Amino acid sequence: MNEKYARITKDGLWNNNVVFAQMLALCPLLAVTSSATNGLGMGLATTAVLLLSNIIVSSVRHLISPEVRIPVYIVLIATLVTLVDMSLNAWAHELYKVLGLFIALIVVNCAILGRAEAFASKNSVADAALDGLMMGVGFTLSLVVIGGVREIFGSGTLFANAHLLLGPAFAFLETTIVPQYKGFLLMILPPGGFMAVGLLLAAKRVIDRRHAERAEAAATVAAAS
Amino acid sequence: MKLEELRGKLVYQGLLLGGAALLTSALLSFFSQATEADIKAAEAADLKQSLAQVLPGEYENDLLKDTVTLTGKKGEVLVYRGRRAGKVEAVVYQVIGNGYAGNIVCVMGVSREGKILGVRVISHKETPGLGDKIEPAKGDWIHSFEGKWLGEPAADKWAVKKDGGVFDQFAGATITPRGVVNAVKGGLEFFEGNKSALLDEAGGVK
Repeated sequence: MNEKYARITKDGLWNNNVVFAQMLALCPLLAVTSSATNGLGMGLATTAVLLLSNIIVSSVRHLISPEVRIPVYIVLIATLVTLVDMSLNAWAHELYKVLGLFIALIVVNCAILGRAEAFASKNSVADAALDGLMMGVGFTLSLVVIGGVREIFGSGTLFANAHLLLGPAFAFLETTIVPQYKGFLLMILPPGGFMAVGLLLAAKRVIDRRHAERAEAAATVAAAS
Repeated sequence: MKLEELRGKLVYQGLLLGGAALLTSALLSFFSQATEADIKAAEAADLKQSLAQVLPGEYENDLLKDTVTLTGKKGEVLVYRGRRAGKVEAVVYQVIGNGYAGNIVCVMGVSREGKILGVRVISHKETPGLGDKIEPAKGDWIHSFEGKWLGEPAADKWAVKKDGGVFDQFAGATITPRGVVNAVKGGLEFFEGNKSALLDEAGGVK
């Protein structure tokens, strides 16, 4: 049982990461990751929706006919996103002003429909909840890493304006990596997003291959002895 | 097993879709009503805060309630008015400039004497790193309007330096500041043209 949870966790964070393995959600990703803070905000909002949609889809999975499942999922997800949007607007208005634009983008995030379809509709509620959480955390981490890379090269800072998103307590996160940096506009604009994603994707492939080679070498040694 | 059979029936599928739509829309309309008041209050507070930025000082009335709508060059303009001792001391309204990438929406506060109290950019789509120095968070440029009026600088000097005026342009972005300067100048002309109605004199709307 524990092994299963470990596998779901590892899938979400690394092996089957939304961005770097499934290559989903690239559209919202390129749009919002001009800074690490924006990436974090979008990631957290997506995680909340992903967790809720996985739980709901999984708990009604026996009731839904396979023939009409997609429209039902879409209605569910759109409703959840709208609820999150309205409650942030009403009760966390400062946060909403930062994230407002991104929240509506979550509806078009195919990763959420993807998890409802591929995982939540076939697994128990607990498994689906963990999967949603881990996929969301994996997505958040990817967004923060890509946003961080673009922000460091583009404007020489990291987590700028974090206090707007997380409150004044998190102002310590805001660091200036390169003082007096003139800025490198290309990295802030969308083409920089493609470059950052491409390079990070290549890096992940290299790490995975090294890992596989080492495992293979260990296996041959074990077989030979 | 019964559910399995049922799920294949067309009627069940129709009902399922309809039921899902009905449930979610009921939920949404309920929630929308529950949050409406809070959202309105938050937005009003927001507006008040942005008005306060271009209208320093205390006013005795509620700015959001003392408004007048006038016709400007580009359509109707909603003007908020601040009073002291019953007299309109300052007005705030929106002006729109033509930027490099679409409209630049600004609010400006003007005193009774026609002097600029402050200008802020509310929304724009200018290039990050070049044109966005019009935001107060990214540069002091927007403060260069404070205290100016139509006679200081003279009318033909109300332009960026490249066009023979007094306002700085940014390296790599002239169109953006030019758009803002023109919008603010237009705003001042609007003030002069509608002074009596704006200042609620000569039996204006109350």
